[in-house]
Amino acid sequence: MGGKLTCKQLTEVVTDYLEGTLSFLDRFRFHMHLGMCISCRRYLRQMKYTIHTLGQLPSDPIPPNVREELLSRFRNWKRTTT
Amino acid sequence: MTSYQSGPQQETTLQEAQLLEALRRGDEDAFSTVVDKYSGSLIRLAMTFVPSRAVAEEVVQETWLGVLEGLSRFEGRSSFKTWLFRILTNRAKTRGQRESRYEPYPSKTGSGDDSHEPAVDPSRFVKSGFWADHWASPPDAWDEHTPERILVSKEGRKQIDTAIQMLPEMQRHVMTLRDIEGLTSKETCNILDLSETNQRVLLHRARSRVRQELERYLRPNQRGA
Repeated sequence: MGGKLTCKQLTEVVTDYLEGTLSFLDRFRFHMHLGMCISCRRYLRQMKYTIHTLGQLPSDPIPPNVREELLSRFRNWKRTTT
Repeated sequence: MTSYQSGPQQETTLQEAQLLEALRRGDEDAFSTVVDKYSGSLIRLAMTFVPSRAVAEEVVQETWLGVLEGLSRFEGRSSFKTWLFRILTNRAKTRGQRESRYEPYPSKTGSGDDSHEPAVDPSRFVKSGFWADHWASPPDAWDEHTPERILVSKEGRKQIDTAIQMLPEMQRHVMTLRDIEGLTSKETCNILDLSETNQRVLLHRARSRVRQELERYLRPNQRGA
């Protein structure tokens, strides 16, 4: 990335930015662009909220019959190893 | 720059160590604790490799049996969760291959399946002139309640679930481990045998796509209404 960052370029390096892998200079360019561009600030925020949403997705619990079977296998395992 | 797998891994915590000790002694409460704590995550991760929930549940069962077999050899150099996910991944890969949904990826991952696809639809940017490559159709402002709004609505949940399912396979694995399960990039690379660079490219593509799908959901005027 030479010179100033465009909005399009920013959307391509946003993950590198969030992962902390941009060089010092590129990070500086990223911040300079953000400071001047409300749309890219929104884009970055959308990215963060997307990640946040993913982190809140609940998982379904293990079905009771599968759980029961596992516990009975555990008892077997215990019997054969001790 | 750190190269992957060379830095310190997140190690087993004291609490985990006590739990493992109890497991080795054959303590059933300890076993049901870890089963309840991790099985939901394991099923979800298995689903990214195999075609059905029934198969995913079988893989999770096999994983727990693998854990019991491997307990005596586990040295706690990674966190218990990483170790667990790695066992599951190895089993799910084998199983997925047999069920022929899982395609072996070494040749494909060079830099990710669709690494040349842009993060944002190019028509959203100005094509030429002084403002070339700046926003023509800028993103909307999302507020801090946006994630909650998506998660509580049935339609929103469906949109995000579908978006994840539609991702290329490797992107789905990476996104599940990083963003849904909250593992570090090192742990994710370790579980999936990826370089940090590949992992980052896959994560970038996955996040860009899912953001786009959420935007589509939140912007009714773009849904052709």
